[in-house]
Amino acid sequence: MSLDKSTLERVAYLARIKLNNSEVDKMTEELNNIMKWIEELNEVDITNVPPMTGVSNMTLREREDKVTDGGYQDKIVNNAPEKIDNSFTVPKVIE
Amino acid sequence: MTKITDLGVVETLNGLNKKDFSSEEAVSEYLKLIEKDTKLNAYIHFNRDKSLSEAKKSDQRRSNNSSLPLEGLPIAIKDIFCVEGEKTSACSKMLENFVPDYESTVTSKLWQSGGIYIGKTSMDEFAMGSSNETSYFGEVTNPWSTDGNPLVPGGSSGGSASAVAARMAPVALGTDTGGSIRQPASFCGTVGIKPTYGRCSRWGVIAFASSLDQAGPITRSVKDSAVILQNMAGFDAMDSTSADINVPDFVNACSKSIKGMKIGIPKEYRLDNLSNDVQNVWESGIKWLKDAGAEVIDVTLPHTKYALPTYYIVAPAEASANLSRYDGVKYGHRSEDIKDLEDMYSQTRAEGFGEEVKRRILIGTYVLSAGYYDAYYLRAQKVRTKIVEDFNLAFNKCDAILTPTAPTGAFKIGEKNIDPVTMYMNDVFTVPSSLAGLPAMSIPSGLDAQGCPLGLQLIGKGFDEETIFSIGSIIEEAANFKYI
Repeated sequence: MSLDKSTLERVAYLARIKLNNSEVDKMTEELNNIMKWIEELNEVDITNVPPMTGVSNMTLREREDKVTDGGYQDKIVNNAPEKIDNSFTVPKVIE
Repeated sequence: MTKITDLGVVETLNGLNKKDFSSEEAVSEYLKLIEKDTKLNAYIHFNRDKSLSEAKKSDQRRSNNSSLPLEGLPIAIKDIFCVEGEKTSACSKMLENFVPDYESTVTSKLWQSGGIYIGKTSMDEFAMGSSNETSYFGEVTNPWSTDGNPLVPGGSSGGSASAVAARMAPVALGTDTGGSIRQPASFCGTVGIKPTYGRCSRWGVIAFASSLDQAGPITRSVKDSAVILQNMAGFDAMDSTSADINVPDFVNACSKSIKGMKIGIPKEYRLDNLSNDVQNVWESGIKWLKDAGAEVIDVTLPHTKYALPTYYIVAPAEASANLSRYDGVKYGHRSEDIKDLEDMYSQTRAEGFGEEVKRRILIGTYVLSAGYYDAYYLRAQKVRTKIVEDFNLAFNKCDAILTPTAPTGAFKIGEKNIDPVTMYMNDVFTVPSSLAGLPAMSIPSGLDAQGCPLGLQLIGKGFDEETIFSIGSIIEEAANFKYI
């Protein structure tokens, strides 16, 4: 399965990473090489093999449904690149 | 008297206990080295006032006879752990000015045990790399380099391994996703352990691949490693995959006999292109363990060759999800060159991430995207199951597995960063145990033809770090490795 330029552009859009033309060319080639190498996995017989999502076989713990944290909005917005009072700001979305 | 900075963890704690020196003296000796380092670039950040003030408090506690287990011990921290009030960037432009308002569980445990923060060590950006060359703050040099031949320290915990090898810290924390503690430990001639997945909390550690990431120490002795891991490990409700299992006595395990233990040698790790140096060190290791009364047997891990390609689907997939949080809104870099919201996301991420990080996010996004998910991601998850089954079968027959840590010793800066796949091959021996979540340690065991360190890797059963500490201590004694 080879990865063409338009697929790479679509993937870059999904990942929200802007790439210029020369970057698209370079990444397409590099990712193609990597994916070609990864194709080795097609040799493995995976019939009836369950997928593994994690190594710990534990079930997720439950906890009491009560508030244990909070009340520090100022700390949360402390590292924001732009803020107004205790809110994050973004460029205008609705006209 | 020996220099304070020549002492390891246990020796420093002994010196402090005997009042040979104070924590303030020890910390200020390390800060002097960190401040004047222009050669290695192992540290990227430190805070003299904070470190000295914490050291003074520690000396005060000691004089009140209320010493903690690591009282006054200087500790360096990989820049991936959130340390409250200290810049924590994962060596990325994206987080260049990020100052966490909270402390990671693992570092907080170390401070509660009396450890003193001395600085942040460099790493590959977001822990993605095997040479420390992807750090936004520049490459780190391996202290084993000779004039005119600068070598990489390995990665991603390259700054930690370099600092410990160069005696700029008695211990440094690292993290390991596919070999990021063990491979740099091997390259720099230090001891590095990746504990069992779930042994140390991941809370407050900047996430790369959540089903693989684990924290561990880099030191200059196996016992030092045991002392530190003892104080890092344990259940944490803040990490949903933290294991609620008692932490055994790792230090005690370092002096246990290995007589009658079965050590597995996997034939699949005997790569055709494995150098004679690496082969010889491996053979020596086998002999040392036989001499100590262990039984060495052949085991088979038939899916070994599929571990790396599996890893390069699973880890980027998880990374692409984890790193989606860097959107220029809540924290981190935001581009100034933006027209609208959409543009803010994609321009911010284009500017904030380095090339290797972008590459892995793109791989991850691709293998998770509609039409490719089954062919790549689902298949990789199934192959991962096969890799785990290999280990389960092998561990029915043996107590631990002995392999080289990496296929080569340290290579030159710039030598392998041209082709991604060539770089990925560094982790061929460390990735399988990562995928299986097993504990594994690298112990310096010999030198290659250019006189650089080579490590041997011990892989243990899940939650059986003790056996690794026992066998590792035997290898350490027999190898009699000469640290710089």
